[in-house]
Amino acid sequence: MAVAPERVYWHERVSRLERIWVTLAVVMVVVFFSAMMLVWHAVGRQNTEGQAFRVDPAAYRAQVEAFARQYRVGEEAGRPVVEPPPGGDVYMYATRFAFYPILRLRAGVRYTLHIASLDYLHGFSITHPHQWNLQLYPGYEWVLPFQPTRPGVYNLACNEFCGIGHEFMLGKIIVVER
Amino acid sequence: MATEARTCAVTGFRVYRQTEALIKANAVTAVVFLLVGGVAAVVVLLTRWLGLFAPRIFYQFIALHGWSMLIFWIIFFEVAILHFAGSVMLNTRLAGPRLAWTAFGLMLAGAVMVEAAILRSPLNHLSFQPYPPLRGTWDFYLGTDLFAVGALVAVGVFFATVYRARREKAYEGPLPLVVYGAFVTAVLAVATLLVGAMVFVPAFLWSVGLIPSLNPFVWKLVYWGYGHPSQQINLGATISVWYLLAFLTVGGVTPSEKISRLAFVLYLVAINLGSAHHLQTEPSAALSVGWKWINTGYLMHLAVLGSMIHAFAVPGSVEIGQRARGYDRGVFQWLARGPWGNPAFSSLVLSVALFGFLGGTTGVIAGTEQLNLKWHNTTAIMGHFHGVVVAGTTLAFMGLTYYVLPLIFRREVIHRRLAAVQPWLFGIGVGVMVVAFMQLGVRFGLPRKQPDVFGFGRSPLAFRYPPEVFALLTVAGVGGLLALAGGALFVALVVGTVLWGRRLTDQELQRDYAIPRPASNPGHPRDVSVRGTFILCLIFAAFFLTMYLANYANLARAWPIGH
Repeated sequence: MAVAPERVYWHERVSRLERIWVTLAVVMVVVFFSAMMLVWHAVGRQNTEGQAFRVDPAAYRAQVEAFARQYRVGEEAGRPVVEPPPGGDVYMYATRFAFYPILRLRAGVRYTLHIASLDYLHGFSITHPHQWNLQLYPGYEWVLPFQPTRPGVYNLACNEFCGIGHEFMLGKIIVVER
Repeated sequence: MATEARTCAVTGFRVYRQTEALIKANAVTAVVFLLVGGVAAVVVLLTRWLGLFAPRIFYQFIALHGWSMLIFWIIFFEVAILHFAGSVMLNTRLAGPRLAWTAFGLMLAGAVMVEAAILRSPLNHLSFQPYPPLRGTWDFYLGTDLFAVGALVAVGVFFATVYRARREKAYEGPLPLVVYGAFVTAVLAVATLLVGAMVFVPAFLWSVGLIPSLNPFVWKLVYWGYGHPSQQINLGATISVWYLLAFLTVGGVTPSEKISRLAFVLYLVAINLGSAHHLQTEPSAALSVGWKWINTGYLMHLAVLGSMIHAFAVPGSVEIGQRARGYDRGVFQWLARGPWGNPAFSSLVLSVALFGFLGGTTGVIAGTEQLNLKWHNTTAIMGHFHGVVVAGTTLAFMGLTYYVLPLIFRREVIHRRLAAVQPWLFGIGVGVMVVAFMQLGVRFGLPRKQPDVFGFGRSPLAFRYPPEVFALLTVAGVGGLLALAGGALFVALVVGTVLWGRRLTDQELQRDYAIPRPASNPGHPRDVSVRGTFILCLIFAAFFLTMYLANYANLARAWPIGH
């Protein structure tokens, strides 16, 4: 049966073209693509390196609500609009089925984002205009620096199924001129 | 016994009746689940595209679609392939046919339990990834456990059969490449199913109240040790099927046995790190930059190297077969003069091309540490896995079915002209849908598992995506409908053939399905040039590199994040 090889296939010569292809694949995929991940840590500005802490959801909720009370500047859709001092820490939580509170931030300023889920797995997605997506867990607080670039309204959506009503789960970040 | 086995008129393999019956049972069950999954796909597609069904119906049917397609259709078919590779290709009686039937029964019982749990009520189901603390009903978890145990038993029968063949010297020389690939796949399957048990058994105990809670972080982490590797089983099976189809359709053999086997060994070593890609946007700290760099970079890319080797060796096999048959002029005559009327051949070519360009490249891109920020849980991920398991695996399995029908069921495929069109309808449809999904995800950030991008269930913060999104949703919808038509045609052809196809005699089988032999005597097949393949691969590499860098360029425009 020709689908089986000759007895001792490891003595076979490998064709020149296949040797060239394998070499090319090693250089491109194994060497270059892998190195690129580290290169981006050095030159790129979008990385997921931050900190994470285990938190008690109730305590975290109280912390976010205190933050929202302190810097509240308005209200939209029953949620506070919060404008923290530029460059400071911003707190947000995700819960079925909302992101709380609504943030008002300055373009071009670097903030530190604190975000955690209070109940189920959620997806933190700055969906439109699309920036990036993070995975959230109940009881785990992410702490990451980030920097809004241009003024505008940025819509958040949950992109991890979190129960019936998931489709309803939105949030908002308003970015204004510096 | 005269009736215990027959010799296949086409391949010369010994086909034992017991094996044949098991292959039939598993393959037919697979196609039934393909049908169920296809019906569920209609609901999913019309909701995403036009918002036709309520969100709760959407969630229910997306779970039904996922479990039917990704698990039941594919794994039942893979068990059929294992029985074929172990018993038929090695000319051996199946070791433990009763056990193999037990496995089939357990898998079927498990699958029916899962589907029933999903269908009973939308509130009982979970999405395809059932992350705690979302809790399903006990029968859902028990069904997954039964199915996994059944699949493990089937894999055990395969190992025992290969061992028996070796002991009885039923085959000469090393294992055929296809069996080698199936063997590697089976090893991966054992690891996958055991890890699956590590999450679904505790989930079952939790659902009946024996465990108070599950750590959601640990559960998801371990879940992906099952979730992604379960798709690596598909990868191994798909590639084994590609080599088999290259041989059956044009008499193709790999340019290098040694290199192709090395590629499978690279899978064995590194492919399960695909699961680590699901942890790229997790709360960090636990996974340091160094951990990600080594594991999702260098080590995982060893498995990608395996795929790059197959990307050369599979088309290379076809080229070798075709050139040996006399289609030896120029660089691409071998491809132009392929047996395009044979649906198995067009399935093979389309499956390889779509898998490579759409599924494979995007898997590497989406799995890259920073690029995952743009891809994670958007429709682009749906684009990736439909590129892999639908355009790749499912199309390859469809292609193989066009040989299973005549060689195992011994019936002539009804309506050859429709059969010749079917892979194109399916392949092009899926391809169009996949490209639209990727655009929607990476550029526009459309979330996956979101049934209502029009009104968000009247959320007070509802917003409107730009008009391009709705145009792309239409493109995806039309592509999806084409694919569904191709899938429905496939099911109709299979059912029609099994029930009403004309029975084939050995003479007819030899005449119509003979494996092509070299026209002249071109010498050793491996010395035949593979330069057409080489050029195709260079085009592929250029595309891959461009896409990879374009994704970084796109990411560079996003809000800065992280240290």
